Amino acid sequence: MSVGESSSGEWVLLSYRMPREPSSPRIALWRKLKRLGVAQISDGLVALPADARTREHLEWIADEAVQGGGSAAIWIARPAAAAQERELASGMAEARAAEYRAVLGAAAAAVELPEAERAAVARRLRSELRRINRRDYFPPSEREQARLAVAGLQDTSAAEAVES
Amino acid sequence: MKWATRAGIHIDRAACIWLIRRAVDPDAEFVFVADPADVPEEATPFDMRGVDLGHQGGDCTFETILRRYELTDPVLWRLAQTVHEADLDDERFDVPEAHGIDIALRALSMVGDDEQTVALTAPLFDGLYEYYRRATLLGREPA
Repeated sequence: MSVGESSSGEWVLLSYRMPREPSSPRIALWRKLKRLGVAQISDGLVALPADARTREHLEWIADEAVQGGGSAAIWIARPAAAAQERELASGMAEARAAEYRAVLGAAAAAVELPEAERAAVARRLRSELRRINRRDYFPPSEREQARLAVAGLQDTSAAEAVES
Repeated sequence: MKWATRAGIHIDRAACIWLIRRAVDPDAEFVFVADPADVPEEATPFDMRGVDLGHQGGDCTFETILRRYELTDPVLWRLAQTVHEADLDDERFDVPEAHGIDIALRALSMVGDDEQTVALTAPLFDGLYEYYRRATLLGREPA
């Protein structure tokens, strides 16, 4: 098997269970899953398209669940119906689209700011875009719009820097 | 001594192999396994689920090895920040170069086997060590 190549239709699933108390390990784990952009299939069952990186991330999180007094297992799975996979993928794309729309909104709000503040917003949004890109497995059209909006903010900042 | 880790190595395992050879066991022999059950009995496993030399308390395996073998060289700990961010990308440290190094390792693994990745990355980690050593002495990025 070639490593790091996303094979079509394969998903890596993490099933886990964690004690309600103490809550901090459960919350830390949930934050990590959110950062990875997982699809929540049901309570205690999350999924990502399978590749070497997503599988490894979920494996370490599984370990963390066990260390936190819970239980966890990793599964490589294939949806039985294409429609089921499309539903999962479109749900993930919509979640990312909402994040890109937030970036678009912030970029639009920054257009009228003074140069220095606008440059600071542009830098912050660029990092935010990078974070969203990394958990964007099914890019929605908002991805490119958000990239252009942030690049536009930076261009105007750069143009004014040359003029002044 | 024999050491075992998962096949299909990326930044953390490649850096650990370099670190083990450099600071823990100069004659280390490495085996790459697909399944944790395939680890030879006499081998020390690392960067695998459920073993001591793995991710611990938010640390990546490179950091865990530094702790377990009480390696206090500040240059190795600086390199550990790069490995941590390239591997976990959780923004615990501010290391802009980590993302590029992660991509370089992933790119290498697409065109060669683990032995090749280990062979090609050894000089890279030697060089990074020297770079961070000079940076530590100068208090700025070396030319």
